[in-house]
Amino acid sequence: METNIALYKYCVRIADTSLILAQRMCEWCGHGPVLEEDIAMSNMGLDLIGQSRGFYSYAAKLEGKGRTEDDIAYFRNEREFLNRCLVEQPNTDFAYTMMRSFLHGCLAYLQFRTLVKSKDETIAGLSEKALKEMTYHVRHASEWIVRMGDGTDVSHEKVKEALGNLWQFTDELFEMDEVDQTLIKSGIACDLSLLRAEWDQMVNEVLAKAKLERPAAGGYQSKGGFNGTHTEHLGHLLSEMQYLPRAYPDAIW
Amino acid sequence: MNTPQIQEDEQTHIDAFNSRISAGQTIEPKDWMPQKYRKQLLRMMSQHAHSEVVGMLPEGNWLTRAPSLMRKAVLLAKIQDEAGHGLYIYSGAETLGTDRAEMIDQLLTGKAKYASIFNYPTLNWADMGAVGWLVDGAAIVNQTALAKCSYGPYSRAMIRICKEENFHSKQGYQIMAHMMRGTKEQQEMAQDAVNRFWWPVLMMFGPSDSDSPNSDDLMKWKVKLYSNDDLRQRFIDRTVPQAEAIGIKIPDDKLKWNPTTRHYEFGEINFDELKSVITGNGPCNKLRMKQRNDAHKNGAWVREAAVAYAEKKAKA
Repeated sequence: METNIALYKYCVRIADTSLILAQRMCEWCGHGPVLEEDIAMSNMGLDLIGQSRGFYSYAAKLEGKGRTEDDIAYFRNEREFLNRCLVEQPNTDFAYTMMRSFLHGCLAYLQFRTLVKSKDETIAGLSEKALKEMTYHVRHASEWIVRMGDGTDVSHEKVKEALGNLWQFTDELFEMDEVDQTLIKSGIACDLSLLRAEWDQMVNEVLAKAKLERPAAGGYQSKGGFNGTHTEHLGHLLSEMQYLPRAYPDAIW
Repeated sequence: MNTPQIQEDEQTHIDAFNSRISAGQTIEPKDWMPQKYRKQLLRMMSQHAHSEVVGMLPEGNWLTRAPSLMRKAVLLAKIQDEAGHGLYIYSGAETLGTDRAEMIDQLLTGKAKYASIFNYPTLNWADMGAVGWLVDGAAIVNQTALAKCSYGPYSRAMIRICKEENFHSKQGYQIMAHMMRGTKEQQEMAQDAVNRFWWPVLMMFGPSDSDSPNSDDLMKWKVKLYSNDDLRQRFIDRTVPQAEAIGIKIPDDKLKWNPTTRHYEFGEINFDELKSVITGNGPCNKLRMKQRNDAHKNGAWVREAAVAYAEKKAKA
């Protein structure tokens, strides 16, 4: 696989994952459980939009066809989106939202922490900024997981349910293919399999503090989001997100 | 018991308060203030904070449909600012002796009001331009005046908030200018947005001076420095040339520049509409109250969990 083709796809995967999660955070705006959390979720949404813009712009440059970040974000269909399925899962409630941010955030944090040493300078630069952001996102989500897990009976049940239902999207966070292999060889990408042990440790520590039991291995695990096989939720999200540029393709906003 | 001594003390306080106001000094939370001053300020500040929070809803309505990533980021940052303003003004209002939970309860039960403009729907993307440009533009005119008001915490909050509102208004105007340079459909959306928002925005300044029950005291205490009609005129005078510059038509046949007064003359405002919206009968009053109440109700278990966890930790 050519490095540039692999690199394009690698950047779009990261950008899509950040953007789809940002879109979910946008849905909360004005509806948070308390004003401070409304502000926090908007903040995280802004970080994620920023990450996606950086990686899309770089992807567009690598592609060299004169497309922009918006062309890539707004003019692809659900089978062309390469985000991890975890982030497209609906907000459902605050417990699902924080659990989703936590499980994704731990991996994103570890991934960016490795990518700051990437041999590709742009990836390294973008990752440096994203690393600071994900450090906070993980801290914020972890604190809430613990509060909910060790809060009231109601909150414990809710966060337990969220964990149980989102767990099937966790193996997929570590999925790799020839895109990764090509870039790992040239020192650009990070080997996700090497992050698994630390991710497990981060997750286990927080779950223990939250008095939550880690779901048993062996249940169904989804796969293929990063190559365009998604859950039913993504199509709805995209039809809302993309509608204006698609309805008025000649307009510049 | 109203002994002569108490009356005398009371009069000393009033004199000191009045002389501070006339000397242009601010009143601070621990200073003595007349009950009515406290009550009026609490009413204004809590209404203002509620407006910031309810105001997140009509703009939030387009956040997931923003037509570019840049627009999405800018809109999200703007709405986040509004939430921040809400938080800031609630804190300011708390210095008057009522806590945020109580103020929010008054909003959710319909006892407290918020700006009438947020009871209008946002129906196309250009509404994000119109809201930023016109609604935040009107807010700036109001708030620049409030930045000089006599209550210290409110005045200082306004100085900071006005800076952000200026950015909001500019981003709104930039959306409009961009759309007016765009396709025919975009121009129609922009004009449609102004057609719907222009008159409700003029109503944001409140009833005409002759019919503004709270104004006299507020002006005497320098809580309010200019009348509703003065501020409305100021807004019109600065906004009409902006509209002309980008080719937007203001939906008022009577709008005309008067070279003698150096002000725009404008048509009659439908204050009956304002009265209906303020008393709960606008297009989105029920929706906005339901949205706020739902968010509060759905978040109750989260807030309870945070309190329960904090209590456990405090005991441990």
